[in-house]
Amino acid sequence: MQLYPRDMNLCGSWGNVLVLKRRREWHGYNPVLLEYNQGDIFPDDVDIIIGGGGQDSGQDSIQEDFQKIGSRLHELAKEDTPMLMICGLYQLCGRFFKTLDGRVIKGIELLDIETHAGNERLIGNIITKSHEFGEIIGYENHSGQTFLGKKVHALGLVQKGAGNNGQDATEGARVRNIVGSYLHGSLLPKNPAIADFLIEKAITKRYGEFVPTVIDDRFAQLARNIAIKRPR
Amino acid sequence: MPKQYITILGKTVRRIAQLRGGGSALPGLFVETIDPDFISHTLAQLPQGIIVISGTNGKTTTTKMVVELLESQGLKVFTNRTGSNFTRGVAAALLGEITVKGVLDADIAVLELDEAHAVHFVTKIPPRYSLLLNVMRDQLDRFGEIDATAKMLETVAVNTSEGIVLNREDPRIARIANVIHNKKIDYFGLDPSLKSLFPSDDELRGEHRNNDKKPIADVLLTKLDGQTATFAIGRKEITTSLKLRGVYNIYNAAAALALVRLVVGKKLDDEKLMSTLANITPAFGRGETLTIGGQPLELVLVKNPSGFRLGLKSFAPEGYATMIAINDNYADGRDMSWLWDVGFDSLREHGVAELSGMRAYDMALRLQYDEIEISHVEADLKKALRHFIASADDKPKRIYCTYTAMLTLRRELANITNVEVIS
Repeated sequence: MQLYPRDMNLCGSWGNVLVLKRRREWHGYNPVLLEYNQGDIFPDDVDIIIGGGGQDSGQDSIQEDFQKIGSRLHELAKEDTPMLMICGLYQLCGRFFKTLDGRVIKGIELLDIETHAGNERLIGNIITKSHEFGEIIGYENHSGQTFLGKKVHALGLVQKGAGNNGQDATEGARVRNIVGSYLHGSLLPKNPAIADFLIEKAITKRYGEFVPTVIDDRFAQLARNIAIKRPR
Repeated sequence: MPKQYITILGKTVRRIAQLRGGGSALPGLFVETIDPDFISHTLAQLPQGIIVISGTNGKTTTTKMVVELLESQGLKVFTNRTGSNFTRGVAAALLGEITVKGVLDADIAVLELDEAHAVHFVTKIPPRYSLLLNVMRDQLDRFGEIDATAKMLETVAVNTSEGIVLNREDPRIARIANVIHNKKIDYFGLDPSLKSLFPSDDELRGEHRNNDKKPIADVLLTKLDGQTATFAIGRKEITTSLKLRGVYNIYNAAAALALVRLVVGKKLDDEKLMSTLANITPAFGRGETLTIGGQPLELVLVKNPSGFRLGLKSFAPEGYATMIAINDNYADGRDMSWLWDVGFDSLREHGVAELSGMRAYDMALRLQYDEIEISHVEADLKKALRHFIASADDKPKRIYCTYTAMLTLRRELANITNVEVIS
């Protein structure tokens, strides 16, 4: 299920949704795409949740609604529902976002992270290394600087680029089956290992076991090889 | 340094840059550096002032239309024809036109400026009129966000002295009217029956929202059938055939008409206006057609998801061999996420013959997830172009390409066929 496709559809969100849909099909399952927008009824039966980033105005407009569905997302997280939160919703899953003029926007505290608005935009190609997923390749574009608390660990360690805050070499956040990250590109197409992790967790949860097929990821590999060589 | 020398020096640098086959910005940079007021001094001479055209998509073709339509009304027009839509490009274009004494023989200037440069420009040199086309998700890595880009265009409007033409259908553009006082505002728009052809950036996915009451448009595109369009202009309805291709180019014709009506006013010769419009051809790389081995080859510039989507919608793939070339230089946008915001279903039936550019494999990956067949991938543009032409020599061809990929392809095509050299 995609969160707020109407207001938070930047950062290649659709790419992430499409990759999960197709790969599930290729693995032999029949996915149903759901969308949740402001004011909708939150569905009872969800396997994977995907959230993206938006314009500042989009972000402002969903905050209240996001607080309302916060407890539902906490329940799902506790049941180990896989979630992918990128950019804006990654920040709002944290404890708070502090703006440049000192205003504090509450997050839903799904992730033990906090974000402070920065003066500089961290933009460019980025490569990180994760013990779970290997090299993660994408593109970052954010001015918020995110710091991890004790209850999460980094999704990856920055090899090239800025990452969460440009200071401590961390990028993204991981806890249970939640993946939080700043990476666009979209993230999942060029990092099929993360896509398959989310799918495996969802399928295992629903059917007890996951029997993967071999998917031809040659183009993903070739695109990764090129992306690694591109300038920041 | 005396102005005369600066002009001569600048013209010399321009000539040398041309001989080197280089871009248009270098001589402009040169003059800007030694005489920062060069542009304002030179343009201040024009009796009818300056028009600025800005927005995400369609600037180049719209500017070309406005220039030709103003010329049809007997005006001498100066423009930055090179498509180098930065301040430097304007300086470079000026160098080509002025006399050694620094006199520009024109009545009015029509300048195409990219959003960020438009802001920079209008705060130094306020235009008399401006035309603001649209704000779409373009190169967010360059400007940050759409709302920030809209703010830039608002600055252009605020700094315009007499009249502004706005796109009624783009909510972020239409909203600019709220901050404009004591200036004339005209709108161009679409009949509701055509609205689905042009989703605004907020409507690209998800249902169409019913907008609030809209202002009356001075020029409205009411019907579109291939290359025959009907415009409601003031109180008249006029149907005309066009040489322009692509629905977005035709919509921008409504923008150009509204602007020219505002600038020329009561003296407007409608007949000349419409007959000129009917004969305007697309600008360089914006659906222009070349001939290779007796078959047409179309170049379609794609810079952002909305432009790519409109391109795919405008040109039917039947009977054509399709190539896509994606680069990721600064001018193309470095973030590949945008490819994922375009749906390629329309290419499924006929497949794609050739993929190229630095990010050819990102494009291949994108098409894999839309389950579209790809015949050949070759990152090197020159090799890919030759392979594409050889493999589809009996068919009309179409190449969707990003900006810098287009420049390389055009240069290469010039070796094969007769391509207009853009100085």
